[in-house]
Amino acid sequence: MSERVKSTEKSPAEDVPQPGPAKKGAVKAAKAGAAVPSLGVVGMLRWAWTQLTSMRTALFLLLLLAVAAVPGSLFPQRPANPSVVTQYIKDHPDYGQLLDSLQLYDVYSSAWFSAIYILLFISLIGCVVPRAIAHYKAMRSQPPRTPKRLSRLPEYGTLVVPADAGIPASDAIEDAAALLKKRGYRVEVRHDDGARPTLGAERGFLKEVGNLVFHTSLIGVLVSVAVGGLFGYSGQRILVEGDTFVNTLVGYDQFNPGTNFQSSQLQPYSIQLDKFQATFDRESQGKFGQPIDFTADVTTKENPGAPAKKEVLKVNDPVTLGGTSIYLTGNGYAPVVTVRDGNGNVAMQGPVVAKLQGENYYSSVVIKVPDAKPDQLGFAGFFLPTAFVTEQGISFSGDPDLINPQLSLNSYYGDLGLDKGSPQNVFELDVKNLKELNARSLKAGGITLAPGNTYTLPEGKGSITFEGVKKYVGVDIHHNPGQLSALIFALLAVAGLIVSLYVNRRRVWVRTGTHEDGRTMVEYGLLARGEDHRLAGEAATLRGLLAQKWNLDADNTDTAPSNSSPAGSPEPKKDQ
Amino acid sequence: MFPINETMGQYSELFMLLAAGTYTVAFIAFAWDLARSSKTLKSVDLKAAAAGTTAAASAKVPVTAGASAAAATARTAGSGEDRLSGPADRAERPSSYASGTANGGVGQTADDSMRYGERRAPARVAVALTVLGAAIHAAAVLTRAVGAGRVPWGNMYEFLTTGAFVAVAVFLVVLVRRDLRFLGTFVVGLVIIMLVAASVAFWTPVGHLVPALQSYWLIIHVSIAVLSSALFTLTFAMSALQLVQSHRQKTIAAGGADKLGFMRLVPSALSLENLSYRINAIAFIGWTFTLMFGAIWAEKAWGRFWGWDTKEVWTFVIWVVYAGYLHARATRGWTGTRAAWLSIVGYLCVVFNFTIVNQFFNGLHSYSGL
Ligand code: HEM
Repeated sequence: MSERVKSTEKSPAEDVPQPGPAKKGAVKAAKAGAAVPSLGVVGMLRWAWTQLTSMRTALFLLLLLAVAAVPGSLFPQRPANPSVVTQYIKDHPDYGQLLDSLQLYDVYSSAWFSAIYILLFISLIGCVVPRAIAHYKAMRSQPPRTPKRLSRLPEYGTLVVPADAGIPASDAIEDAAALLKKRGYRVEVRHDDGARPTLGAERGFLKEVGNLVFHTSLIGVLVSVAVGGLFGYSGQRILVEGDTFVNTLVGYDQFNPGTNFQSSQLQPYSIQLDKFQATFDRESQGKFGQPIDFTADVTTKENPGAPAKKEVLKVNDPVTLGGTSIYLTGNGYAPVVTVRDGNGNVAMQGPVVAKLQGENYYSSVVIKVPDAKPDQLGFAGFFLPTAFVTEQGISFSGDPDLINPQLSLNSYYGDLGLDKGSPQNVFELDVKNLKELNARSLKAGGITLAPGNTYTLPEGKGSITFEGVKKYVGVDIHHNPGQLSALIFALLAVAGLIVSLYVNRRRVWVRTGTHEDGRTMVEYGLLARGEDHRLAGEAATLRGLLAQKWNLDADNTDTAPSNSSPAGSPEPKKDQ
Repeated sequence: MFPINETMGQYSELFMLLAAGTYTVAFIAFAWDLARSSKTLKSVDLKAAAAGTTAAASAKVPVTAGASAAAATARTAGSGEDRLSGPADRAERPSSYASGTANGGVGQTADDSMRYGERRAPARVAVALTVLGAAIHAAAVLTRAVGAGRVPWGNMYEFLTTGAFVAVAVFLVVLVRRDLRFLGTFVVGLVIIMLVAASVAFWTPVGHLVPALQSYWLIIHVSIAVLSSALFTLTFAMSALQLVQSHRQKTIAAGGADKLGFMRLVPSALSLENLSYRINAIAFIGWTFTLMFGAIWAEKAWGRFWGWDTKEVWTFVIWVVYAGYLHARATRGWTGTRAAWLSIVGYLCVVFNFTIVNQFFNGLHSYSGL
């Protein structure tokens, strides 16, 4: 704790009493901590605790935390990008595996990163609790005893009230007390000094309160994040225009439950994508064709029986439903195709989600037709919203809008391998057990379709028709029960931080006395606890107020403490 | 959505160029001020030493090491010593030096209040030119905003040009309260670099924002980030000077020669530390808001308020380093030089976050228009 540290720093002003009993205890503890004790287990534990909760350790752990966070930005991270990590390990056979064993692909859940922040937060608790107790006591105790020599304080000054003003020392001290009370100080007047009454005053207890609130709120944020991880869940789903998502486990394409997730948590709301519209920049030259707006019109129902509601889903503007939020995170085109098999029956009809691959919605398409008879059919290729072909025969998409949509495919027949029940990636076609029907390298060539076109497959295997194009969106669905409390704690932390940095904790002491010639001599001193660059300003203000009260000239005596104290001042000798 | 106005965009670029030109002249004037003042100050010192007017040394006249040591009052001597012994007892008497007519210390011209006695004509010219440059710069930023029909901070070019403007504006605002003209070469120099980098390496025509950036959180989050970074820029310069100054003060106190004459214009290490602490405290609050608003925006856009994206990682690292700085200021043995180092490291992280991370690291944030 800083208190502990500062108490040893304050040596030049030893006769300035230090706050309350907590301080003394702390000094003792610090002394005990300084020499490594030979006190046995309890002693060792106590020593370790003192070390852990020391300000120096907190600082060290903070800096360590900053350093430890960095590798997470240098190496791909599993939670964000599992496939990139796999690839990275493959690409770096020499050290890829080593990094994995050091948990460098899972930095933020790694043992060492967790160790650092857990230690930090233990240290934080060990810091906050005793500080809170000490502060509670300080708030209830009287302002500290008046130092013998006020002139040693960082701010010091004297005032002289002329004898004819008729203000004796005892009245002067009461005047000063009233004035300080009005300024928000807690004041105690002490007449026990006989002819020289004094007062002690203190203000700014909120500073420490702010500091405690700040640090405690950090714990609150951490706990909220943990709660979110335990009880939250998230998932993804792709919706083609017309599709409906129902919030049940089977409704998700991908689902990531928190540790304590229960499927009963899911409220069976539904959301239907009616229409999706993307707007592209047609105005500025440099960014022609860049997306400038994505809007999804959806129809939602809180429950299967609830009334339908029209809503708009946009980027940066999620829809909230059944305790979850639904985010628009992706979009693309879904060409609608009809595939007839060798027997002439419709084996598949509907939109096929095309996966984005490059510029201007250049996307890959995979069509699997397990129902085709006698042979299963498969197609793989590309979808281009605005097809262009270079002289070398390379096709690319020239615009994100559907100006010249084109589907170019290779076709296959054989066993798709879907019947074995092992899960497959819908975006990839495993051609191991398939025979090529159409490809550019074959005599039959590849398949190139514009909307409305039909292509008849060779060898009487069937046909494929490109009916038209729909749009799809990718949505993320999140439920995080810790979110709101994390926000509240974060706001509390900021409030505490501001209070702690901008409220000043100050002490003022005043001593009055009567000179032989009847003048009333007043001296005062100010002391700040912690950082306070406005202490001098406060001293000047107090001086002005006192002078005004007693109708004195503000430069009544030397403003700045000088080495020649006014004769007969209550404390004539300034320590050299 | 407002329409794009390319003509305005072109005006903006012209103004940027004019502003950069004006700043260049201002930079020269600031540099001249440093060179000239150190010379005149030295001669004043020499004269003072020759005349032996030690006791008469007022706050306005620089006091040499010998003079300070010989100064009559205990308080002056004490104060000189305190300054040398560094900020070990800073926490105990934070404001005592600011009060009264503090003595300049060793080889110093300004104290905590940073009031300089003598007139510095080149510095005045430099400040006037900086004000002029800032006015043109403001016009450039405004026309850019009008041209794009939105806030002018949506890509690297705009971050740099607007950020540079905020840096100058913050510097000028602080100048009203504190005479920080000794930082002029640094601030204006940095601003010129930013403007040149923007025009050469990151030039982007006016354009609309991608949907991901269309949010009022862009206005709030980025503006506070830029403002805090501008403040961190000032404290970085002060902390760097603090290191040099404390080294110089030690050398002089040990009877060494004063090789860094221009540092006379710079206040004592302790004054620098105190002021940079105060600015860092404001900037830290700003950065806390940056972090929080970023998290809120991330929640709105991506569905999670924290995901350890590269940009998030570095924003966090910066925040923790400056939290460390604030702790250091309250830890015995870590005030002064070590705290200054932390402030410098923090700023290097800010620069890294803004340059390298924006450009080379892939993350959700890497749509900033490159
Ligand atoms: C989670 C990590 C922590 C962060 C981010 C943090 C941040 C901060 C910040 C920003 C301040 C300055 C603002 C203020 O005075 O309220 C501060 C002050 C302080 N912190 Fe922490 N802190 C952390 C952990 C700790 C721990 C573990 C301790 C105790 C060992 C501690 C003890 C203190 C003390 C005593 C102060 C007051 C310093 C003074 O008197 O000026 N903090 N902290």
